[in-house]
Amino acid sequence: MKKLIAVCGVVCVGLLSATAVFAAGTIKIGGLFAVTGPAAFLGEPERNTAKMVVEEINKAGGVKGHKLELVVYDTSGDATKAVQLATKLIRDDHVAAIIGPSTTGESMAVIPVAEREKVPLISCSAGIKITEPVKKWVFKTAQNDTLAVGKIYEYLQRHKQSKVAILTVSDGFGASGREQLKAQARKYGITIVSDDTYGPKDTDMTAQLTRIRGSRAQAIICWGTNPGPAVIAKNARQLGLKMPLFMSHGVSSKKFIELAGDAAEGIKLPSGKVIVADLLPASDRQKGALTAFVKDYQKHYRAEGDHFGGHAWDAVMLLKNAIERGGDTRATIRDQLERTRGFAGIGGTFSYSAQDHAGLNNDAFVLVEVKKRHWSIVK
Amino acid sequence: MKGNSLPMKGREFLRKKRTPMQLEQILQYSFSGLSTGAIYALIGIGFSIIFNATGIINFAQGEFVMLGGMLTLFFLELLQLPLWAAVPCAVAVSALAGILFERLAIRPLRQPTPINLVIITIAGSILIRGLAMLLWGKDTHAIPPFSGDEPISIAGATILPQHIWILAITVLIIAVNKFFFYHTISGKAMRACSYNRRAASLVGIDVRRMVLLSFIISSVLGSLAGIIVAPLTMTAYDVGIMLGLKGFCAAIIGGMSSGMATVVGGLILGVLESLGAGLISSGYKDAIAFIILLLILFIRPQGLFGKAESERV
Repeated sequence: MKKLIAVCGVVCVGLLSATAVFAAGTIKIGGLFAVTGPAAFLGEPERNTAKMVVEEINKAGGVKGHKLELVVYDTSGDATKAVQLATKLIRDDHVAAIIGPSTTGESMAVIPVAEREKVPLISCSAGIKITEPVKKWVFKTAQNDTLAVGKIYEYLQRHKQSKVAILTVSDGFGASGREQLKAQARKYGITIVSDDTYGPKDTDMTAQLTRIRGSRAQAIICWGTNPGPAVIAKNARQLGLKMPLFMSHGVSSKKFIELAGDAAEGIKLPSGKVIVADLLPASDRQKGALTAFVKDYQKHYRAEGDHFGGHAWDAVMLLKNAIERGGDTRATIRDQLERTRGFAGIGGTFSYSAQDHAGLNNDAFVLVEVKKRHWSIVK
Repeated sequence: MKGNSLPMKGREFLRKKRTPMQLEQILQYSFSGLSTGAIYALIGIGFSIIFNATGIINFAQGEFVMLGGMLTLFFLELLQLPLWAAVPCAVAVSALAGILFERLAIRPLRQPTPINLVIITIAGSILIRGLAMLLWGKDTHAIPPFSGDEPISIAGATILPQHIWILAITVLIIAVNKFFFYHTISGKAMRACSYNRRAASLVGIDVRRMVLLSFIISSVLGSLAGIIVAPLTMTAYDVGIMLGLKGFCAAIIGGMSSGMATVVGGLILGVLESLGAGLISSGYKDAIAFIILLLILFIRPQGLFGKAESERV
């Protein structure tokens, strides 16, 4: 009998704290980031940025008088771990909303938990499946691959180049890019004349590039994250390939230029606007947010802020705005998130609706080119 | 109709082969394959030397490859040394790591059964990799090429000056290796150990010293391989895993000889990988290496070149 009462008591306390998210005066936000493991290049800047933004918000007096508290767990890129930690955030830490996870695989695994427990989830990963079809409690801040592919194809179409070779990495990111590259080709009148892949740890891609050289391709599009694309850039230079080389937004950081060196010259890629924040015209709506983020990140971590960190920046700010507009329970925060209109963040200008939980359009990306080891915007 | 189409395709294929473009491609695949193969060979020899001295497979061999590249970067960037000084320093520190590894992990073992030793080397490789990650971070780093990166054109195929460095250094190392094992007392003693450790110790050879020496030589070879390949492939804390496995394949093909057989094994592996990626599909590149490994282990466990070679150091 005693045991039963104890159990009831625990359940009641659990229920109470689950509904009244602000009871303690602070608002708890959960963070699930792949800080270690293969996706650490995403998770680390995301965690750093989330911590930084929360700190800044609290320094400025919090949200409507409440301080924010960020509870971060490291998923190490493991979907099983992500699910366990999401449950922990919801049941033990009683967070108002969850930011993350960093990769699409983890996000897909965590979505059922968020839906079941009715907790707003703002994913920082790019996979199109996360918000298509729309799930009631799930939003995302990372730009869809579709937009990046569209940006490259638009450029090719304008320059009357219709035969392309694609070279994608054989992991989740590359597979998703390859799918989109193939799916959208027809819409832009483009034919894929050569379709090759490479392994994420491969160190020599001259074989694939030699084959592409023998094809009738007018341009090469390579889809991968560092270091593969840097190797490809070097190999292409070694082989003296004349056709233009396009990369994905997966390498839009200074690290790529550093790794590829002179071979990066002239390479074009779609990118979030972070890396060219100072080159944007003053009329750009995102300019304010971008320069603030870059300056803050530099101050806190003495490193350049990248668009991965930007995904977390957007997520925290979207959440903050939703709470400011009157979100005080998990359900109302969700409703307010959905009412976000024209929020100019790092990844783009977000406008969520009941039909769209990704919230971005084509202007989220710009096409950039490497010139003299710096980024420049392709007009 | 159907019966006719196949030979037609075959003929077309053959005719295409003869066009200069196709020849150029094959030549390009071969050059790429030879330079990667040379790296596999160097790592493979490292495996064989330790195997012959101790009877174990040192799965930490790949980590010395990583140490070579990362230490060179460390001396270049943080201590601002010129390349000619950074390379010997990196090799020396790698050798030191090899000595420490043998002294701290291999020698103190009470019951040195092969399975215990192999597990220890795996643990050692995880430890070294973890330390490197903590010390130098998770990023990939580039190392400048030894002498520029202007491509050199040979009969339509292009190579980089670094490829020539790789081939030249590999040939040099193999020559020195050969000289050491056949014309110096220590080398002959090591060979004696590999034939029969007990007999070697009875005639007064200090077997433990030879084991230590084998770890030093292997770590030096591994780190050199890591250094000469780093300008092409870049380096990171985890490059040792795949390169180590490929080196192991080379050693298996060569029947664990530390002579020419392993070198040829490495070159065969590199060229087949490159040809496979170019002519069949790039998706099968790693599969090719491991299928060869399995086939050799099933059909010719003594290596591709027979028994006589396999017993040599």
